[in-house]
Formats: sequence, C-alpha cells, structure tokens
Amino acid sequence: MSVHATAPRPGLGRRLSEFSDRRFKYLVIAPAILIILLIGLFPLIYNLVVSVQNLTMLEEDTSFQGLLHYAALFEDTRLWRSLLHTLIITVIALPSELALGMLMALLFLERLPGRQVFIALLVLPTMIAPVVAGATWRLLFDNRYGPINQILGWFAGEPTPILWTISRDFVYPAILIAEVWQWTPFMFLLLLAALSNVDQSLTEAAEIDGASYWTIFRRIMLPAIWPVVAIALLIRGLDLFRLFDVVWALTQGGPGTMTETISIYTYIQGFRQFETSYTGAIAFLVIVLLSVIVITALRRMEIDR
Amino acid sequence: MTGATRTTQPRGTRLGLRRRTWRLLARYAGATILTLLFLFPVYWLFMISFKTPEEIFHSPPVWYPASIQFDNYAALFKGGDAITVWNSLFVATSSTLISMFFGTLCAYSLARFRTGGENLAIWIISQRMIPPIAVVFPLFLLYVWLGWVDTYQGLILLYTAFNLPYVIWMMRGYIEDVPIDLEQSALVDGCTHWQVLVKVVFPMVRTGLFATAVFTFVFAWNDFIFALVMTRSAVTTFPVQVTHYFGAQSNFWAKISAMSVLGTLPIFIAVAALQKYLVRGISLGAVKG
Repeated sequence: MSVHATAPRPGLGRRLSEFSDRRFKYLVIAPAILIILLIGLFPLIYNLVVSVQNLTMLEEDTSFQGLLHYAALFEDTRLWRSLLHTLIITVIALPSELALGMLMALLFLERLPGRQVFIALLVLPTMIAPVVAGATWRLLFDNRYGPINQILGWFAGEPTPILWTISRDFVYPAILIAEVWQWTPFMFLLLLAALSNVDQSLTEAAEIDGASYWTIFRRIMLPAIWPVVAIALLIRGLDLFRLFDVVWALTQGGPGTMTETISIYTYIQGFRQFETSYTGAIAFLVIVLLSVIVITALRRMEIDR
Repeated sequence: MTGATRTTQPRGTRLGLRRRTWRLLARYAGATILTLLFLFPVYWLFMISFKTPEEIFHSPPVWYPASIQFDNYAALFKGGDAITVWNSLFVATSSTLISMFFGTLCAYSLARFRTGGENLAIWIISQRMIPPIAVVFPLFLLYVWLGWVDTYQGLILLYTAFNLPYVIWMMRGYIEDVPIDLEQSALVDGCTHWQVLVKVVFPMVRTGLFATAVFTFVFAWNDFIFALVMTRSAVTTFPVQVTHYFGAQSNFWAKISAMSVLGTLPIFIAVAALQKYLVRGISLGAVKG
C-alpha cells in the first residue's frame, strides 16, 4: 500500500475514501435498524402467520385457515364497539385539550412575573406516568373518601354520592377528565412555544390599526401557528388511538365492556381469552392501518417543513 | 415605565397604566388558579401517602394529614414492594444507555450521509407511533419461546427497540442543527469517521444528547403496557405494581399513593433538568422551543 501511496494516483485514494464512507454509514445504522425491526417487522409477519392458523390457549392447530379470522373480525361487534369507544374519547378529548391548551397559552403569552415557575408546575401532569395519573384520579373520584364528590357536594348543597368509575353515566366523564387533565399541559406547552414565535410587529401593527383581539388571533396568530397545531393534533391523536393505561387504571374497560378501547380489547383477547390467532388478526389490522395513516401524515408534514 | 411609553395610549398614560396593572393582576390570578387546579391531583396523591389509615378512610375526606409520617413508605420497603422501583430504574437506565448509543450512531449517518433518504427516517419515526399492544402480543409469544418473559434482558431489549426511533429522530435533528464545517475540516486533517464522531460531533450535541436521554428514560420509566405483558414477579416495574394494589375487596390506598410518589419523584427531577428542551422533546422536534 505504501508503495502505491507514493505514486500520484488520485483516483484510487478518492475511491478508497468513498468506500469507507459507504461502509461507515451502513455500519453505524445497522444495529439500530436491526433492533427496530424487532418491533417494526417481526410482529407484522408473526401476526400475519398466526392469524391464518387456528391457535388458542388449548389448541395448537397450525393448519392453514385462510381468512377465517379476518372474516370473523367483521362480525365481532365487541371489536367495533371498542373502536367506537376509542373514537368517542378521541373526538371529545382532542378538541378539549386543544381549546383549553390554547386559552392557557394565550394567558401566558404576555409577560407575567414568575412565568417560568408556572410553566414548570403546569407541565408536571403530562410527564407523570399515565398509570399513576389514572390511579390518582381513581382516588380522587372515590365516592366516599375522594375529594371530588365532597367539593361537588358543597356546590350542590347536598351530598353527591356519584360512583364515578362504576356508574354508566359518569364513567366516560371520569375518563375524559383524567385524560384532559393529563394532556392539556402538553398542548399548552407546544402552543405557547409556537405563539411566542409569532412575529410581534405584525400583531402590534394590527392592534394599532384597531383590530380586535379575536381578529388578530384568527387572522394572524392562528395561521402562523397552524403547522404546530397540526403536529400536536397528530401526536395526541395517535396517542389517543392506542389509549390503554388511564382507562385500565380507572375502569379496566368496565362497567362490563362499556369503556373498552381497542388496545384494551386486544389485550383481553390475547392475554385473558388466549385467542392467539384471532388476536393476531386484530393486531395485524391495527398495525397496517396505523402505519398507513402515520406515514402519510408524516410525509405531508415533512413537505410542509 | 418604559412599557407605558413604548405603545401609544390615546387616552392618557395614567389611565392606561392603571388598566394595565389590573389586567396583569387578573392574569396573575387566573394563572394561579389554573396552576392550583392542575396541581391539586398531585397534591392529593402526595398527601395520601403521608396520611394514617384513619385519615385516608375518613368521610368527609381529610384535606391534609395531621402530621407527616413515613409509615406508608416504610411498609413498601419492609414488604419488599420497593424492589419494583429498583427494577424500573435498572431497566429504564440500561435501555436508555443502549438506545442512546446505537440511536445516535444511526442518527449521525442519517443526518450527514442522508442514508436511506427521507423515506428511512420517516419509516423509523413511524415505528414509534404503532400501538404497543399490537406489537407486544407477537413479541410475547416470541419471548415465551425464548424463555425471556419476566427477565431483565427481555424488557430492556423491548424498551430499547421502542425508544430507538425517538432517539434517532431527535438526534438527527440536533446533529443537523450543528454546522458541518468542523466535521469536514477534521476529516481533511486526517481524522477517521469514528474520531470525528467522538471528538467533534458528540461534544457539540451534548445538550441534545442529555435532553434526549432524559426523555428516553422517562418513556421507559412511565411505560405500563409492555411491563404488564412481559413481567410476572421477578422484574415487575413500579407502574404494574401500582395496579396490583387495586383489589376487588379493598384498595390499598396507602400503598398506591406511596408507590406512585416514588415513581413520580424522578419525573420531577427530569422536568427540572429539562426546562429548555421540554417543548422540543415532547413535540418530536417539530417545535424548536
């Protein structure tokens, strides 16, 4: 090598460095990609294989069943109801978190003494483990020893023994309150950061021109922060689609199956009923569905960026 | 008041000043009430952990304990339940270190060599958004076959796999923020890629490394569903332990709250340490904060 190196051969040197470049760039991504494939590819294939067999806890029937289990999905009302429950929670929680977060962000947008302290305290619920959040609200909602009914009783002027996590009428409000409590600060933090980046000269100019606060908000602020709103909604929307922890801690999907989300239903099918093949079919559908949505959404955002 | 003279006040500065003071006070009051409202559940959780059983099961509820006592925590340590906090700590720390190492390497390749183009990057981050339940079911069957259920390595590998997309995505952003000139001149000076990475890139993105690592830790620390499926008793983490206390007959409130507090204290530290990076961290890098 050293003999060649003394001779002026620029082409070879260049090619050598290119080769090591290429090797280096694939070498360093390889371990990470391999580990990700464990959750990115293996489950997809395994679900697909299992779902065309006939495995349960008791049966080890690996014969090819075709699309039997996929056909069963369409007749499984409990599955569709769990999707509906997930949808209901998402449709109510997501706009509530956005609206509340927006109001809070507007409140903190201008200078305020001790602003940083307020923000640091307000963000705590978002960082706490969702299961802990659910457990906390379970204690708060307790009909006898919890403070919520007590406070409601003060306003009502009479005892209000509401069975929050058991009663059919109050179980959804209970879940939604816990959910909105935990994730409104998330929206607040993102929106505050986005609003702080809005060009102040624009809003001040509009103010001098006599534009109302509402007009300034709608015409100047909202368009400017829209990309952030879209990303926040995407992240939270996907989180809500896989909602599990809070509901599990509060109701375990009950009363009956009334608050089962798609994640809880899948868990029960797989780990309580041991319907291996059928769970494989559900999980396969969920992965494919979500992958398509996520990749499409991210592509669009990448272009906007 | 420089603030008063800066903006034009057609109706006289004195009136404007007084109005502004009232406005500030009103906003201050609003902010205080909001913060108290949002922190009340946290307060309640902490207070229960210091109460005696008589105070916990008292109707109407007792708003604060007569004295701060640590019996509920002592019970956790005496009964051996506190080991679950250690399990959480060990698993979260290990998976954070591993995913930070491999993730940052991968991110460097994506950021500087455009390896795999935009498609690979998007595929990677999309893996993070897949519902864990759909992934954990086949992995559970695999782990049963491997004999990895209820083992440290099983849980650590799972958290590493799940956090890697986040680390890669975030670190790619942080590395792209750093000008490339220094790395190029280091290469020209004869450094290998490895040397550039260790001597030039890592020091420049160290704040990003730190912030991403803390978030990665928090995600693993807070996880419930993977641990619920993959642990039995040996490596049970604290979130799973909390749900074990929800009995059909009686709720062990004291234990629920004490265990939850133990699991929440590291989060407080993380939030305090992260201040500047919170927005970027939770928005997947979309908002630079």
